Amino acid sequence: MKRKTLLFCLFLLALCACKREHRVFDPGATAAQPANGTVMNDVMAGATQPSAAVPIQFEESAYAVAEGKRFYQAYNCVGCHANGGGAIGPALMDSEWIYGSKLEQIHSVIVQGRPNGMPSFANKIPDYQVWEIAAYVRSMSGQLPSDVAPSRSDHMPTVRSESSRPKEHPADENQQPLVPGRSK
Amino acid sequence: MNVFVRVPTGGCNKSRLLNGFIAFFIRQPKFLSSTSFMHNQSAFCAETRHAYELWIGEMRSSGCSSTAAVIVLLSLSFTVGCKRGHRTQEPASAGGQIRAYTGQMESDDGHWLRATKDYANTRYSSLNQINTGNVSQLHVAWTFSTGVPHGQEAAPIVANNTMYIATPWPNVLYALDLTKQGAPLKWKYEPHPSPASKGEACCDWVSRGAVYDNGKIFFNTLDGYTIALNADTGAELWKTHLADISHGETITMAPMVVHNHVFVGNSGGEFGVRGWLAALDTNSGKLAWKAYNTGPDKEVLIGQRFKPFYKTDQGTDLGVKTWPPDAWRVGGGTVWGFLAYDPKLNLIYYGTANPGPWNAEVRPGDNKWTSGMFARDPDTGEAVWFYQMSPHDLFDWDGINEDILLDLPMQGQNRQVLVRPDRNGYVYVIDRSNGQVLSATPYVHITTTTGVDLQTGRLQHVPEKTPRTGQVVKDICPMAPGAKDWQPSSFSAQTGLVYIPHQNMCMDEEGTEANYIAGTPYIGASVQYYPGPGGHMGELTAWDPIAGKPVWVIKDKYPIWSGTVSTAGGLVFFGTMDGWFKAADARTGNVLWQFKTASGIIGQPVTYRGPDGKQYIAILSGIGGWPGSIVAGKLDTRDGTAGNGWGKALPNIRNEVTPGGTLYVFALP
Repeated sequence: MKRKTLLFCLFLLALCACKREHRVFDPGATAAQPANGTVMNDVMAGATQPSAAVPIQFEESAYAVAEGKRFYQAYNCVGCHANGGGAIGPALMDSEWIYGSKLEQIHSVIVQGRPNGMPSFANKIPDYQVWEIAAYVRSMSGQLPSDVAPSRSDHMPTVRSESSRPKEHPADENQQPLVPGRSK
Repeated sequence: MNVFVRVPTGGCNKSRLLNGFIAFFIRQPKFLSSTSFMHNQSAFCAETRHAYELWIGEMRSSGCSSTAAVIVLLSLSFTVGCKRGHRTQEPASAGGQIRAYTGQMESDDGHWLRATKDYANTRYSSLNQINTGNVSQLHVAWTFSTGVPHGQEAAPIVANNTMYIATPWPNVLYALDLTKQGAPLKWKYEPHPSPASKGEACCDWVSRGAVYDNGKIFFNTLDGYTIALNADTGAELWKTHLADISHGETITMAPMVVHNHVFVGNSGGEFGVRGWLAALDTNSGKLAWKAYNTGPDKEVLIGQRFKPFYKTDQGTDLGVKTWPPDAWRVGGGTVWGFLAYDPKLNLIYYGTANPGPWNAEVRPGDNKWTSGMFARDPDTGEAVWFYQMSPHDLFDWDGINEDILLDLPMQGQNRQVLVRPDRNGYVYVIDRSNGQVLSATPYVHITTTTGVDLQTGRLQHVPEKTPRTGQVVKDICPMAPGAKDWQPSSFSAQTGLVYIPHQNMCMDEEGTEANYIAGTPYIGASVQYYPGPGGHMGELTAWDPIAGKPVWVIKDKYPIWSGTVSTAGGLVFFGTMDGWFKAADARTGNVLWQFKTASGIIGQPVTYRGPDGKQYIAILSGIGGWPGSIVAGKLDTRDGTAGNGWGKALPNIRNEVTPGGTLYVFALP
């Protein structure tokens, strides 16, 4: 009998040692804690918001873009996307952008990867180099000024230089203004 | 490069001499662009000699020889020190013979159980209802959409009154009921492979099909699983994970069954994987054995029984010693082609793919056991012999092409051989009991090699065609996809000919830095392909394997990337990348019937006897695969390297062919 009581007390003691799950019932003012990250779609739920600051200096520096071109080779981007025409992965010199044409969107794609085959380079490439690669990728479809985009290649000529390519227009750039409806 | 200005009048005059002198220098592009001259003396020599010979010829024909002697001597001094130039290998001229096959063929019950039809890989059907006399009446009996608009490389499998279709990723397996009109869907099996695997497959998301054996159907998924299903119900029997996509491994091949083992190999030679062939128990899916194609002997399953014919393949641990330290771990040598089996010798035969990376400068040595072929015991996996078609491969010449097992009169006696139209441009006839090469004959235009030394078995390279880092080498023939890629040949017992679908293409290549990052491409080469002599890219060659000569050749604008099937109706069926499915007379090569399908054809045609006793022909239409990825992957051909070199060769194909995925079945009225 004594033994049973002792075991019961021990059991109660053990129960007390359990930690109760911590639940946040009042997270505070929601407007002060917006979920953020790179916007990957033209449509934003709840109307358009201003996007976070993007380090566009990478797009304005011929040196940064040239470095991006070097890293594009060194990190094997060229193995899947060729010199812009695409191979295992999609073409990067045309007007079709599956995950967006903006600098920060390309940066996100490189870091995060994408489910249909793009590997994630998270923790593999220093952040500034990702921005440089992203800027170079934009030069491949003529998005950068010709004095920034690379104008020559040291290798076998396979494609027109980035600086002399016509600018491709992704779908979100081509939107016409909405025709306003007349209210009665 | 002929810019010589012809002088209309005869006789010798100053302008002719001057023209010749100018032309002599202009004909030397390597000399004018001095950077390549520094690196590539032998190419300079060859071009100089060529220009010199042209000039001398011009002057000789116009009577200038005595006057020009001094200048000739002067210019000759440019070529002093040059070695004798290489010869370009041309395919043997026509003159092959049609002779009925005297060896024994496997019995044919009208089914199509495995991609290769029989163990000997002949793809020959004894059905003859459809023949040269009535093929013109062939019409569509029924069609079926696979729902996957990517490269359809699979052979439809016919057994059990059912047709089994394996699609590209997402690797759906469909079972169609042949006993009912229109062959309705009986069941389907969806394995839900990882979408990430699409980024690890070099050449579109293809599957080369399934195999039927003893009430089961086996097939592979792009993300590295082998799956066995109940052939009646589609119920999953087992599922075994073999390949790791996080290291660039995928599976695209059609499995094959011998005894109680199903054989599966990996793909990923462009991702620095280590190649292997695995044998799984057909009942449990458990691994029976796995033989790597690089590394130490015990992992290659090389032991007491291993007796390779040639000295260079003899020695211990060559899979380690013929590589720089540890390079064999990422050295390629995958297995993604078709296996053959000889029941009498109890040996399986299969080829190993290219070494990685393509840039050969970073992997000095023979790179065993890549770009070669093994004969193994199917039960134990022990290697019995090996032969390396392309030691220290320079050009991505996988050795995965099919081996057709035949008994042929060679060198005065009947020999048990295998016939192999290899990627390097030679049709090999090899004694399949011991690996001795009996003949190796070029079947395409070749500038890279001068032949195969039958004493040593060694491929003889032309040194100036060796790709180097930072230097462009032009006119490499055949190109990286080879004289022939995966697309399987067939053999006809009626004509004794091998019907080889292949390319007529060359390339320019520059070696680049190759960095190994797991899960990303490991290539180190920039390449651009273009048509070979004649301007057409595809050929179907009817080849006499005994004489080593063609009997006829059908040319096509695009590479002929489909397989072939031969029938006792005297026909050979094949498809073109722009969508035509054709029947040719096996004796003459005359196209007797053709039908335009919805997309391009890169698949394996088959023929079978339906439950109603009628003969049918089936083919999947759906462009893709390596060249067809230009269409299936919407690549931009303004970049010549798009699709890893196909952009330059196929600039307009997206304007002619659209993606698709449809099965066509044809019958007589």
